[in-house]
Amino acid sequence: MIKLTINNQDVDLSVEKEMPLLYAIRDELKMTGTKFGCGAGQCGACTVHIDGQAMRSCITPISFAQGKQITTIEGLDENNDHVLQIAWREYKVPQCGYCQSGQIMNAAAMLSNNANPSDDDIDNAMQGNICRCGTYPRIKSAIKKAAQLKQSRES
Amino acid sequence: MSTLNKVNDLQVVNVSRRRFIQGLGLGSGALVLGLSLPGFSALASGQSMKDKAEHALNFFVAIDDNGKTSIVCHRAEMGQGIHTSIPQMIADEMEADWAQVFMVQGKADKRYGAQGTAGSTSIRNQYIQMRQIGASARQMLEQAAANVWNVPLTQVTAQNHEVKNLSNGKTLNFGELAKAASQLTPPEAEKLTLKSPEQFKYIGKEVKLFNMDDIIAGKAIYAQDIQLPDMLIASIARPPVVGGKVESFDASEALKVKGVVEVIQLKERNYPVNVQPLSGVAVLATNTWAAHEGKKKLNIKWQDGENAVHNTKAYQQELIDKVNSKGISVRQKGDVYQHQFDESLTVEATYSVPYINHTPMETPSATAIVTGSGDDTKCTIWAGTQNPQWAQSLVAGELGLPQEKLENVALNLTLMGGAFGRKSKSDFIIEAVELAQKVKRPVKVVWTREDDIQHGFYHSISANYLKAQVTPEKGADFWLQRVTYPPIGWLFNDKQDRPNDNDLSLGFGDLPFELNNLICETQTVTTHIRTGWVRSVACINNGFALGSFVDELAVKANVPTRQMWLNLLGEDRMVDVKAEGFNYSNYGMDYSTHPIDIKRMKSLINLISDKANVEEALPENQGWGISFLRSFGSYVAAATKVEVSNKQVKVLEMHTAIDCGVAVTPDRVRSQMEGAMIFGLSITLMGEITTKDGRVEQSNFHDAPVTRMHQSPPMHVHIVDSQEPPGGVGEPGVPPIIPSITNAIFHASGIRIRHLPVNKTLSV
Ligand code: FES
Ligand code: FES
Repeated sequence: MIKLTINNQDVDLSVEKEMPLLYAIRDELKMTGTKFGCGAGQCGACTVHIDGQAMRSCITPISFAQGKQITTIEGLDENNDHVLQIAWREYKVPQCGYCQSGQIMNAAAMLSNNANPSDDDIDNAMQGNICRCGTYPRIKSAIKKAAQLKQSRES
Repeated sequence: MSTLNKVNDLQVVNVSRRRFIQGLGLGSGALVLGLSLPGFSALASGQSMKDKAEHALNFFVAIDDNGKTSIVCHRAEMGQGIHTSIPQMIADEMEADWAQVFMVQGKADKRYGAQGTAGSTSIRNQYIQMRQIGASARQMLEQAAANVWNVPLTQVTAQNHEVKNLSNGKTLNFGELAKAASQLTPPEAEKLTLKSPEQFKYIGKEVKLFNMDDIIAGKAIYAQDIQLPDMLIASIARPPVVGGKVESFDASEALKVKGVVEVIQLKERNYPVNVQPLSGVAVLATNTWAAHEGKKKLNIKWQDGENAVHNTKAYQQELIDKVNSKGISVRQKGDVYQHQFDESLTVEATYSVPYINHTPMETPSATAIVTGSGDDTKCTIWAGTQNPQWAQSLVAGELGLPQEKLENVALNLTLMGGAFGRKSKSDFIIEAVELAQKVKRPVKVVWTREDDIQHGFYHSISANYLKAQVTPEKGADFWLQRVTYPPIGWLFNDKQDRPNDNDLSLGFGDLPFELNNLICETQTVTTHIRTGWVRSVACINNGFALGSFVDELAVKANVPTRQMWLNLLGEDRMVDVKAEGFNYSNYGMDYSTHPIDIKRMKSLINLISDKANVEEALPENQGWGISFLRSFGSYVAAATKVEVSNKQVKVLEMHTAIDCGVAVTPDRVRSQMEGAMIFGLSITLMGEITTKDGRVEQSNFHDAPVTRMHQSPPMHVHIVDSQEPPGGVGEPGVPPIIPSITNAIFHASGIRIRHLPVNKTLSV
């Protein structure tokens, strides 16, 4: 039995401890906001937070997450009004949308470490997240907008 | 009881789990259960409207007593925004209030008319029909109001979700009128008046986009997200060589993986390969990970068959050699072959493009349930498909159902996590159906990224050859061009051995230049692998070759590339390439609505050159490149600025200008152009699938890369304000991007890239 805390809820799962967290979240917990894109840590579609850090859930064994705080897109903000989500709506970032949970989760972790990211900071932090539709210019604008929103909320 | 209802019943069983999921923050839209599954709307499922008090005015529009208006989008959403654009066109003519409009995804159903979402057709082919559907609903609501007030139709008018009595100012809202309106006979098409452009409220305007909020909240449902009680997940090992077969395998180790339930060999399939499954061995498990793990343990021996000879290295050289010798003419004017070329004024060049994979972010996936037998077999599917009716009919065939029993196959469309042409093929859907029928349980087939990259329907490997002589006034003449590649038609007819006229209509035989001497030729080839429509199709290679060659001519003539384009295009006129003997398909459109208009071409080339300021003075190692192509009914020009230092390319800035006639959803035209620039960057800089002994050599993003954020420069989109009939948007953005990048590289470094991708020559 593996004990997880996910979006502030405690859950018990009887799965192999090697099972990557992604499949536990999607298939066992039926929370499908976190996506599969490569299964190899190369695309970022499966990004979740583990103790606040952005992690690729497709290559993170569930045993690693045991006892830690996991956050998925569904738990990022209870009203879906995280500053990034607000900015994402304003810039109409998504096209197909499939990569966007991962983009937002990755950007959220970046913003909590870097309140005012430059273009280069954003490129560096986000280059592990692929968007095949090509929403990068809007992601970049939206992240900058979210950083501003966050600063004005905090001040 | 229909299969559909059964599925509904199944879905509410697991109440505790449902509550649990809601506790996790998923809200009431419990994505996995019940009515929230895509396709379960009264309208879209063809169920009776009564119990919902929803009144259908036609097959696309239903209004409930409160005025809530459901509008069907019968086309499929893959990121292009059609879920918004179709309701936008209908709602505008209806005078519906956008805030009260809800989009309902239509299922596969021939009553919707053409449903294929491919070839950038959804708007360009249906701009009038969709508006007529809206106008018809509007007129029925007006008639219903006129009946209530007992006044002639001319005395009432619909406005913003209500109908107004012009003589006394009284109003009735759409909800109050819906029931009465639904009982009227729809007016005849001739009796409908469509709005004039200045009356549009939504067409061409910014509106709130459907799906946006769900996507951002992680609630949007894609094919991979379908979860049904009792469902098994299948991971399939497919023959690495097209046409290969399973010689032997061992299920025992796979069955030891916890969660694996069954191992099933799929049936063998024959040529032509069509869009049928490739066969192989499936591992079915209660979770995705177990299925994938089990697949690794099958120890399969394959019989490769005849296509094991396919090595792209040698094959590409073969194609290059072919286009360097005389071929089969498809269009001819004057006499190129008799001409004595003046070497000092002649440019001769061969270009090649490798296989390219679609690589949608969401790998192919489909879920199926099959019940019953014989003619009573019923099947329910959830899939992201660009071609629901084709899929439905192939599934019926798979189940042995006659075409009159098509409705036994209920095909629900989910959102697609990207498609780019991949999901117009139904192989993954048929796989799910084949397995679901065998195991008598719901089955979801899930492709890994490796599956997606190694078993695709690739953009064809190709070679283009061009030769022409520059001339003082016209830019150039004595134009000889050839192209060949394995044709997509081979899928359906394995005797097809060259691109046909339809294929050659994609940016090749429709060369619009004012030339006295021209010949366009193709060559025969042998096909060894599945090729298919990838965003922009053959316009990828033809656009690359043409855009590069015009730039090379400009260099030879020592004029700006803009000038060379303008010279070659010549006088403002409508070009008729059919009159020159080429059997041109014009993307299925008539010249009368979608002519080849030189004036629009020239103004786009000027627009992009001016907006991007491509003739500015630049540092030594920087350069601008431009290009242009009319395709899928739209006119697109692109400009790219790059820097090349130490054999490293950095893309600094990109512009795209599009004249697509009426832009129904301008923000989505813009986002498609942004996407096209990034898709074009991927093709140009790094897109390549190779084969060795018939097997694809790449497997995941590390060796089949696509553009990442740090490789994507600032981008600008210029949309021409136009009331011309709409052209396509999804596909035509890509072709001019590719040569704009390689031309820029030439102007920055003197290095001419004639063989894609760039990363074979320079770092990117
Ligand atoms: S699915 Fe995890 S990084 Fe791609
Ligand atoms: S929006 Fe489609 S992959 Fe990013």
